[in-house]
Amino acid sequence: MSDDEPAMEAYRYPDGSITYPGHPVGPGGEEPVGTVDLSDYTATVLTWTTSTATPPGVRQPNTLAIVEFDVDGEPVRAIGQVTGEDDVDIGDEVRPVYCEELREPGAGIREPASQEWDGYRFEPL
Amino acid sequence: MDRVAIIGASMTQFGQRDAWIRELLAEAGQAALADADVSPDEIEHLYVSNMASGEFEGQTGVPNALAHDLAAMPAYTARIDQTSSSGGAGVYAAWQSVASGASDMTMLVGGEKMTHRSTAEATDVIASLTHPVEYKHGVTLPSFAGLTARLYLDTYDAPRESLGKVAVKNHKNGVDNPHAQFRKEVDLDTVMDSPVVADPLRLYDFCPITDGSAALVFCPESVAREYTDDYAVISGIGGATDTHVVHERADPTTMGGVVNSSEIAYEMADLEPDDIEVAELHDMFTILEFLQSEDLGFFEKGEGWKAVEEGVTDRDGDLPINTSGGLKSKGHPLGASGVAQVYEIYKQLIGDAGERQVDADVGLACNVGGFGNCVTTTIMESR
Repeated sequence: MSDDEPAMEAYRYPDGSITYPGHPVGPGGEEPVGTVDLSDYTATVLTWTTSTATPPGVRQPNTLAIVEFDVDGEPVRAIGQVTGEDDVDIGDEVRPVYCEELREPGAGIREPASQEWDGYRFEPL
Repeated sequence: MDRVAIIGASMTQFGQRDAWIRELLAEAGQAALADADVSPDEIEHLYVSNMASGEFEGQTGVPNALAHDLAAMPAYTARIDQTSSSGGAGVYAAWQSVASGASDMTMLVGGEKMTHRSTAEATDVIASLTHPVEYKHGVTLPSFAGLTARLYLDTYDAPRESLGKVAVKNHKNGVDNPHAQFRKEVDLDTVMDSPVVADPLRLYDFCPITDGSAALVFCPESVAREYTDDYAVISGIGGATDTHVVHERADPTTMGGVVNSSEIAYEMADLEPDDIEVAELHDMFTILEFLQSEDLGFFEKGEGWKAVEEGVTDRDGDLPINTSGGLKSKGHPLGASGVAQVYEIYKQLIGDAGERQVDADVGLACNVGGFGNCVTTTIMESR
């Protein structure tokens, strides 16, 4: 990750659990006590799909994966696009790769200013 | 305790309709009132299950519009939006209104107008329920289905064809449903050769985009006897949620909302999964029929696919599932679907399901919103 790229920020809670994205309170009902930058870690593919019928502003086809990070023994899952046309399979190792625009803001129904549109794709290693 | 009865029901033709949302709701509402032999001025509470009439059509305020179109003023009205489970949530609201004593005559009408939108646009309206970290990656409900189907097949060593057999079964059932969008059988080869939509799922693993409406009339059982001998009662109902962010669930092949809502419903009805004799499950995608049949306790985890392979869930099987044709064949007008599930169970329990009739005195409907984000489970019994 370069210095001008934002973190892939997960929240850590008092009970040790970590979630991506973060929430006002964690699974145990307590407020977060810190953050973890998941872009510093690699992850394992739990499952994946290639969607051929994508909504407005989304690349077609769109390969997506649910991956699991191991942050010092604590599992943390995330969902995201898989880079390019790379093959991916269950159990593969991937790393987060920053993308300035994952989807064209305003092409779909959601108000562009209501959320961020950059983020991390997963690149098979 | 006076149980909550259903004394009348209707559903419109599902499919591609010229009618818009107000007309669809009024069509079902009028038909349900006629079926129950109840006049509009007897309606005390009027609920409308609808996910997105504003987004799809630019028409909001549909409960008041319906009250006017039915001449049901001054009935109390409310719109129930719980995405794809708006219908089930409407059943819950209608049940509450009668069970609490707030209303002695309640009508629920569920409906959606969708087919004037392209598939991409309709998919995006539905996907707008997702969390921002999901939406920005282009995650849709079909892609959740693909992700979960791959994990399920891998985890439980289930053959891809078992999912296809859900589509074959439900299309076969839909042939005998005069209101179904598709009344045509499909064979397994057709399912397996259809275009990939969200790998490993193909076109026939998905329900269609649909216009339609369905309605139910509720009252206390003591009142029901004044109107008819042919009624069914809600003996248990439960609603529950799961995480908004789908990947945060401990086991992505388990729908916690189904588990928790059904536990509430079973306890209220004092029944067990083995007591259920017919069920309508939310087969928006074929994989969802496996997940719900397991999470409702009908089959062990990872065994739901075997039940389909062995014909257990066929119309003439030990536990018929989706005798209506399910969302898969009947269609899925979002706000109407949960209402239409209860319509089917009601028809089965009063012995008025025609060619689809099975021998059942206890039925269950499970309506799922999002990808298991919100769920309502309803258990009904014949009088």
